[in-house]
Amino acid sequence: MPGLYLHIPFCKQACHYCNFHFSTSLKYRGEMVKAIARELGFRKDYLTDKRLDSIYFGGGTPSLLTAAELAFLFEAISRHFEVSPGAEVTLEANPDDLTPERLASLRQSAVNRLSIGLQSFSEEDLRFFNRAHSADEAARCLDLALEAGFDDLSVDLIYGSPTTTDAQWERNLDEVFRRRIPHLSCYALTVEPQTALDHFVRKGKAPQVDEAQAARQFSYLAQRAASEGYAHYEISNFALPGRYARHNSSYWKGEHYLGVGPSAHSFDGASRQWNVAHNAKYLKALQSESPQGFFEREELSVADRYNEYIMTGLRTSWGVSLEQIQAIDPQAAPHFQREAHIFLEQGQLVQSGGRFFLSPQARFLADGIAAALFW
Amino acid sequence: MKNIRNFCVIAHIDHGKSTLSDRLLEYTKTISEREMQNQALDNMDLERERGITIKSHAIQMYYDRGSDGQKYTFNLIDTPGHVDFSYEVSRSIAACEGALLLVDASQGIQAQTISNLYLAIEHDLEIIPILNKVDMDSAMIDEVSDQIIDLIGCEKEDIILASGKTGRGVPDIMEAIVERIPAPEGDVDAPLQALIFDSVFNPYRGVIAYFRILNGTLNKGDLVRFVNTGKEYEADEVGVLRMSQHPQPKLQAGNVGYIITGIKESKEIKVGDTITTVDRPCENAIQGFEDVKPMVFAGIFPLDNDDFEDLRDSLEKLQLNDASLVFEPETSAALGFGFRCGFLGMLHLEIVQERLFREFNMDVITTVPNVSYNLSTKKGEISTIRTPSELPDHNYIEYVEEPYITAQIITKPDYIGTIMTLCMDKRGTLTKQHYLTPDRVELSFDLPLAEIVFDFYDRLKSISRGYASFDYQPIEYRETDLVKLDIKLNGEPVDALSALVHRSKAEAFGRQICKKLKELLPRQQFVIAIQAAVGAKVIARETISALRKDVTAKCYGGDISRKRKLLEKQKEGKRRMRQFGKVEVPQKAFLDVLKLD
Repeated sequence: MPGLYLHIPFCKQACHYCNFHFSTSLKYRGEMVKAIARELGFRKDYLTDKRLDSIYFGGGTPSLLTAAELAFLFEAISRHFEVSPGAEVTLEANPDDLTPERLASLRQSAVNRLSIGLQSFSEEDLRFFNRAHSADEAARCLDLALEAGFDDLSVDLIYGSPTTTDAQWERNLDEVFRRRIPHLSCYALTVEPQTALDHFVRKGKAPQVDEAQAARQFSYLAQRAASEGYAHYEISNFALPGRYARHNSSYWKGEHYLGVGPSAHSFDGASRQWNVAHNAKYLKALQSESPQGFFEREELSVADRYNEYIMTGLRTSWGVSLEQIQAIDPQAAPHFQREAHIFLEQGQLVQSGGRFFLSPQARFLADGIAAALFW
Repeated sequence: MKNIRNFCVIAHIDHGKSTLSDRLLEYTKTISEREMQNQALDNMDLERERGITIKSHAIQMYYDRGSDGQKYTFNLIDTPGHVDFSYEVSRSIAACEGALLLVDASQGIQAQTISNLYLAIEHDLEIIPILNKVDMDSAMIDEVSDQIIDLIGCEKEDIILASGKTGRGVPDIMEAIVERIPAPEGDVDAPLQALIFDSVFNPYRGVIAYFRILNGTLNKGDLVRFVNTGKEYEADEVGVLRMSQHPQPKLQAGNVGYIITGIKESKEIKVGDTITTVDRPCENAIQGFEDVKPMVFAGIFPLDNDDFEDLRDSLEKLQLNDASLVFEPETSAALGFGFRCGFLGMLHLEIVQERLFREFNMDVITTVPNVSYNLSTKKGEISTIRTPSELPDHNYIEYVEEPYITAQIITKPDYIGTIMTLCMDKRGTLTKQHYLTPDRVELSFDLPLAEIVFDFYDRLKSISRGYASFDYQPIEYRETDLVKLDIKLNGEPVDALSALVHRSKAEAFGRQICKKLKELLPRQQFVIAIQAAVGAKVIARETISALRKDVTAKCYGGDISRKRKLLEKQKEGKRRMRQFGKVEVPQKAFLDVLKLD
């Protein structure tokens, strides 16, 4: 069943590493919510199957939305779609927004899962990232969320930062595992072009990211998560049994999704399209009589679909299956087998039945291997 | 003949030669604005992109002069602007009576202009100084005018202020061409004597030669002889060039035109050669003919071994319109079958490689270029060394000789010190120092050709801030101490990167190559050792650490397209790699490794 993504393009302040689309001016928030609701109606036929299995509020910082704004968006969603009973409804939230009052109000809403942009429990890390919350707020928000009855929680952490020692990384993981948070996303700090961090590194004001440190901390993470009983089900994602992120998993499983809001991406199996990553242009288009020209679209060729399947599939613990490759194109399977040979020999790919997986040691080299298997 | 004017344009790259030429073409209605592509004269994509004129061209315009009611014929001869092609420039200049000296008002006279200018003065050309881009805010009209006056000793009023962009000054230029450039002289009834200054290859018509008639008349159908090659042909077609060819029944002394004889290979037409008729040949060939010889040799190998025959076809086709390119088959242990090619210089080499890719879709690997050496063995055998593998063990060598050139460098006195240092570093000796004006000095050096092949010209330009002109002529072979430098990747020699270098330069060169390779080779999952060795002795080493992390952190809905394209590009890059042992070397690295800083 398909998923719905809503992009809320506002943040209180800009994190130094972030290259997602957002604005730190909250002036047009009300208008934006209306425009997104309008896009929902306008694009309701994008999905052939209208029963939503997951809804995901991403950003930006969706926890900036008021209870009324959230309710307004839910109203629009239920007007145009059918939300399955038991659908996963995730809201990305920043620790500084998660006050007891706010959590109580969120519990009253349709949101049943929080993905908390926690990043670290260290003040030094948080300052280096330019996060809006403090180390104290990081630890407290988890307890508050659990107390408020949100047992479906996911926490984001960043490793490999020049400010993160191995000992600190271990402490960060301790904090999460101690609370048995069911889902964890851990990202290696990446210097994305045109971010503040990129600028600092170029100017020599911040050190280069140390790849060996990232590899070391990743390896610790993988072992620790396994020993804590978490499944390492995607390169950057870990979950207690049965607690996989359903919405995010749909991206890797090739399921259809509709994305609304500026810069949001959609996929219908045959093509991908993405909205303009510009708040004013998006608003202008959605406020016009007949909205148009606010997205770009790309039809996927057979090779594109095969490449995407390899690229996303190899990142997951489900791997890729020869059967599915065959289904994309009969020619694809022999190509895959030919190219995969060397990686199987080197032990970087592992075969089990008709499925192929990256070996644990090869996970940190996933991109190069995927590219080599491309058509 | 009195209404003909033959002239060329002398300008530094980017000083607006092509744009101004376009304005002249428009003004004379040779080309309508509609058919106007910017820079109509440079018709190869590559030239347009690099902003240089590689091959010269000639174009005829008619000027209806209001003041005397006369119609004038202008022949504009375009000249290449790089030292690799200096011989072609000298032949173009020899075909003219005048030259437009075009100087960018915001940049002033640049050194490259000077050597061509002196060439023009040497040939007694009338110089019309033009200050271009005067409409720009940064124009320094007085200052640059003074520079021009200093250089050619003209009056300030002689300098025409122009703008190729707006067309300002174009009427003045037209007038100056008529007034100041002398009409050609020559005897239409004398035996034919025509100078070939350029040739182009046309896939349907064969080789088309451009010429200037000094004496006599050339008729369609004449049986002609090319004096230096001694070959005879029938003049199937003669004519003048406007935006296209305009056939004529005959062309007379003073004029510029083209001739088509059905020649299939441009090797048969040599720039600088004299055309005369078989019936009534001229007594003397026009002076200054030189057989242009390649100066630099490098191996060119197909990236994919199966493409060897395609590469041969492509090189043969390239040679049809680039007579200065020579090649013969060669084999390499690492690269398989390919060709040993000769070039005029490094720019020529780069252009050939790029044309192979663009026009023939050929991906090639170019080996480290070298000059040719004379080898004398202990057994008394004499041979030529043109590839590193031909250098025998030093026990067999009596002596090796390398080619020397004499270089003329014209610069400002401020830069004498740094230029001397550069030339000394390049094993040169100063032979002459001569002040042309208080502000301009000419330095002459004897230099090994091998030393100017790589980065000499670029370094000269940068240390003199572009204020040094450079020209050279080969002189002789001199004894040298030559060694073969090998490059190894994880112990595996890469013969494409072997080089012939002077013993005193081996270590520095080896170190530079290793350092550069460290930048150019992609990291792999294992450590890569890069070594430079002379014989068994390793003289330089670099290490590339193993790739530890090659994975994107986030791959959600919005990342998939972008990331797929990124990896597709990566895969495409991998296709253009060659493997040595386990180490993959990108094709680009073979040429970039020589761009030493």
